[in-house]
Amino acid sequence: MLELEGVDVFYGDLQALHGVSLTVEASEIVTLVGGNGAGKTTMLRTVSGLLRPRRGEIRFEGRRLDRLTPDRIVEAGVVQVPEGRRLFPSLTVRENLDLGAYTRRARPARARTLEDVMARFPILRERAGQRAGSLSGGEQQMCVIARALMARPSLLMLDEPSLGLAPMVVQEIFRIIREINGRGVTVLLVEQNVRQALATSRRGYVLETGRIVLSGTGQELLESEQTLKAYLGR
Amino acid sequence: MSASVVLSSLANGVMLGGLYALVALGLTLIFGVMKIINFAHGALMMWAMYASFWLAKLGGVDPYLSLAVTLPVGFAAGYAIQRAVITPVLEAPEHNQLLMTLGLALFLENLALLAFKADPRTLLVSYSQASVSLGPILLSLPRLLAFAGALAVTLLLFLFLKFTDLGKALRAAAEERDGAALVGIPVRRVYAVAFGIGTACVTAAGAMAVPFFYVSPEVGNTLVITAFVVVVLGGMGSFAGALAGGLLVGVVESLGGLFVHGSLAQIGIFALFILVLLFKPSGLLGAPSA
Repeated sequence: MLELEGVDVFYGDLQALHGVSLTVEASEIVTLVGGNGAGKTTMLRTVSGLLRPRRGEIRFEGRRLDRLTPDRIVEAGVVQVPEGRRLFPSLTVRENLDLGAYTRRARPARARTLEDVMARFPILRERAGQRAGSLSGGEQQMCVIARALMARPSLLMLDEPSLGLAPMVVQEIFRIIREINGRGVTVLLVEQNVRQALATSRRGYVLETGRIVLSGTGQELLESEQTLKAYLGR
Repeated sequence: MSASVVLSSLANGVMLGGLYALVALGLTLIFGVMKIINFAHGALMMWAMYASFWLAKLGGVDPYLSLAVTLPVGFAAGYAIQRAVITPVLEAPEHNQLLMTLGLALFLENLALLAFKADPRTLLVSYSQASVSLGPILLSLPRLLAFAGALAVTLLLFLFLKFTDLGKALRAAAEERDGAALVGIPVRRVYAVAFGIGTACVTAAGAMAVPFFYVSPEVGNTLVITAFVVVVLGGMGSFAGALAGGLLVGVVESLGGLFVHGSLAQIGIFALFILVLLFKPSGLLGAPSA
């Protein structure tokens, strides 16, 4: 469904990704793990069109993504839940969700999607009139996931959705991710919470200083010496 | 000095303030959305004033009627300017952006100088000298019209930003550019819309000023410096601040002209400006900066 082939990304002269290749098949959950600065966020930003690869190709359902603008990529069904949430803090929760369905792909079904999303996140219905910036961390994470769902993604990419959240909330977020996947949405998950992420995924990749150094099933990676050493600290 | 003179002066100050607010609104919108200080704002207003002036002078079209043509043209010009010269410097360092808008201002001014010469011109319309009395208060009719027009434009803009999808997208792109791109908002197009609307604001202000203000290639500087004061006074990027700041500056200028000598009226504005900056650097209604 999503294929990256030999993707190089630079910040000025600094190379952040070196020939990254990976694939995500329809309806699976794939995890990308790696330490700080490994290039995980860079990779997602590149797929979303916020960064342009200098070399390589990104294809989604056979179509080139790497020359499209971010709004076209969302239109194609590739939607990102960004790190640090990136909500519109002074807009209300409802306005944030409405904007999630800004594309032509999602706009006609906005009311119906909103009903779905509110049913899945009852807390957002309660908070609908509140400014998004006034929500707690966990609520903000739910709001940003809900906002992404409003775009009716066929591939949902989540960048560190568990970052800075209490363990209970993290459990809830992972439960929601599995549930979204259960409804047929393909998921590409970027996490530092390696154990939980790999346990949730079918397959995974390990990224280290901009290179894919390991790939396999979630279970294989969890048992791999290299993963454990590099990312679980033992 | 009689109370009615003071009251009239106060009221006329409020009227003028409405116009300042409208100019400031365009400036603060562009700044709020793109964090770009548009030095060409005044030059664009000057061109709008000339457009209304010549349409009235040669075509006999009332400035308010000419808005039917100048507003869409103003919007389109702003949109095109954004795409052609501002977008390329969006990622550039701040001083490059300043130089770009400043250069644009100089270009537009000199183009006007070439086309219209430096002489100030004034347009006399049937209601240029007319006034309306409201009890003891005597209001200048063109200023009253400008005030009403400015309020109407402000209200429309507010409704647009609050209730339309495009308006919400504009606010979203202003707050969180990457977040906006990631929900599928075409950020660059939305930026161009913001610049277009900002330019339409000065276009409206220009047309409404023409019946009681002179037109010259430098007129934009005078007005836009006041508008900068208004924007900073009210709080950069704040709409309510632009409105409040505009009214305040109008009143101070008008009363200053009454109590001190007319040409010294601006001293009051700048004294107020310095005081506000000393005691509330983020502006009257601006969020305290981090």
